[in-house]
Amino acid sequence: MDAYPLEMTDVSFAYDERSALQKVSLRLTPGEVVSLIGPNGAGKSTLIKLAAGLLRPRNGSVKLFGDPATEWRRRDLARLVALVPQGPYIPPTFTVWESVLLGRTPYLGLLGLAYKSDRRITSQALEWVGIAHLADRRVGELSGGERQRVVLARALAQEPRCLLLDEPTTHLDLNHQVATLSLLRQVASQEGVAVLMVLHDLNLAASFADRLVLLVDGRVVAQGSPAEVLRRERLVTVYGDNITVLTRPDDGHRPAILPRRRSVEVR
Amino acid sequence: MSTPPDSQATEVRSLNRRLAALVLALVTLLLVAALGAALGSVRTPPSAVAQLCWARLTGNPVPADLPPAWETILFEIRFPRVVLGGLVGMTLAVAGAVYQAIFRNPLADPYLIGVSSGASFGATVAMYFVWRFAWGGLNAISLAAFAGALLTTAAIYSLARVGGRTPVTTLILAGVAVGAVLSAGTTLLMFTASDAFHTIHILGWLMGSLALANWEEVRAILPYLLLGFLVIGWHAHTLNVLQLDEEQAQALGIEVERVKGVLILATSLAAAAAISVSGVIGFVGLVVPHIVRLIWGPDHRFLLPTSALLGAIGLILADSLARTLFAPRELPLGVVTALVGAPFFLHLLRRQKREVF
Repeated sequence: MDAYPLEMTDVSFAYDERSALQKVSLRLTPGEVVSLIGPNGAGKSTLIKLAAGLLRPRNGSVKLFGDPATEWRRRDLARLVALVPQGPYIPPTFTVWESVLLGRTPYLGLLGLAYKSDRRITSQALEWVGIAHLADRRVGELSGGERQRVVLARALAQEPRCLLLDEPTTHLDLNHQVATLSLLRQVASQEGVAVLMVLHDLNLAASFADRLVLLVDGRVVAQGSPAEVLRRERLVTVYGDNITVLTRPDDGHRPAILPRRRSVEVR
Repeated sequence: MSTPPDSQATEVRSLNRRLAALVLALVTLLLVAALGAALGSVRTPPSAVAQLCWARLTGNPVPADLPPAWETILFEIRFPRVVLGGLVGMTLAVAGAVYQAIFRNPLADPYLIGVSSGASFGATVAMYFVWRFAWGGLNAISLAAFAGALLTTAAIYSLARVGGRTPVTTLILAGVAVGAVLSAGTTLLMFTASDAFHTIHILGWLMGSLALANWEEVRAILPYLLLGFLVIGWHAHTLNVLQLDEEQAQALGIEVERVKGVLILATSLAAAAAISVSGVIGFVGLVVPHIVRLIWGPDHRFLLPTSALLGAIGLILADSLARTLFAPRELPLGVVTALVGAPFFLHLLRRQKREVF
């Protein structure tokens, strides 16, 4: 398939009257890791939902692998595109194994019977994400970070060609943030999966993404390499001027952003 | 790659455990059915029940030492009652499990979206105006209840539909509101009924009874139940996925709106058919799926058949109690299911102390 995994052209969206996205264009190529960044309420999650075909754009087009997102049969689409939503609900009585096996849903045969291959891929996904030892535990007994990784494993079990992730590193400690994002990079480079993820942490975005898309008030204000997007002049207009931007000699001169104290007047 | 062998083993273990539970439930159902057939104002010992059944099955003549009336009592009165009770219990339990799953609400029961209020109102209208017609093995009361249940469900579903979607909360609220109107209508009819006989007749139906069960009714409702079970069983795994929120279910390949519509239609059809011959029997549909979930977990491929068997067992037992405790008077079935079911459920709930839903 030559078509782009994701191609958004002039997409606008509004919740009732409140505009959330305006004329957003975005393209993902196979094997590429792109991070959506921007302040709270910029429309990042909305963009992810549009990309997953969960919302229908007011204007413009969202195409997944060449066809409009809302015209795909869900089952077919779920074999190509996997979603890791923000704070997803999993019933506490499901075991980790059962939860991750749900990722095989678009492949299951009659009556949802799992084949040997489904089990193999499920345990591989558990292994990749590093939660194989939790397989028999109930989701209700897990920590927030462990649950986050269950959802990631489930997405990987879908064997997608395109991964959409809304803040996949919340609840994770630094070690697991690095492990998760490294895994996503590996999946992208080895399997050619296109990855689009919302990240709040600019430093993580700068370190792990090939390309950044900066979203402010529903508009794309910049996109390009981390060094191109994360310029101090630009960040100051978006996040305020209490930041210092450094370049990291240890990591290909990628930018690093540090916060500065601000004096707050207390009356 | 090292697979986690323990999780595979656990899966096999739990599969064996579940199959054992299913077989156990099936055997229990047969025993309970035999017990239900043996009980009644005329005592027919289980051995006689077995002898008569054997004679029927093999085509041999009935043993001469048994009273000839027993055959009629068993095959024309008690068996249809036991079978109908089993079918109704099955349907209520399965319908409860499905509604709890698609509405992701532990309080959901087969009556959530109008089946009971619609059926009650329909039946009350038929009794109030003393309708006498019959069709396809169902009397006027059952037909009116059936129609009332389906019409009400359809009305609630379309009322709750906004912009091509049917949000769960809207559906539940619409169900409560329409239910309130219909209950008021039912009460109003009872209030204005010309004589006490009418009122008692209506009240009796509203609290559930299988006293008039016969084979025609079994034959009449069976197609709707089978159709409902078939559609529901087909979606067993889908119901598992629907335990997640709707966005996740969609992202995993489920056409949530379509599936919800199909399941509500199939479930309401089966529940309406069951309730049309039994009246409103509370608690079975609410509690049985929870009991199964508490003991054996939330997998619907197992939850649905086990709930069906447990629902049948529970209702046959309840009906046996209803007609023997104060014989020759019969207790309303709904009273028994609530009186026995609720404490048992509370006991389980306290013992587990784990969040179930």
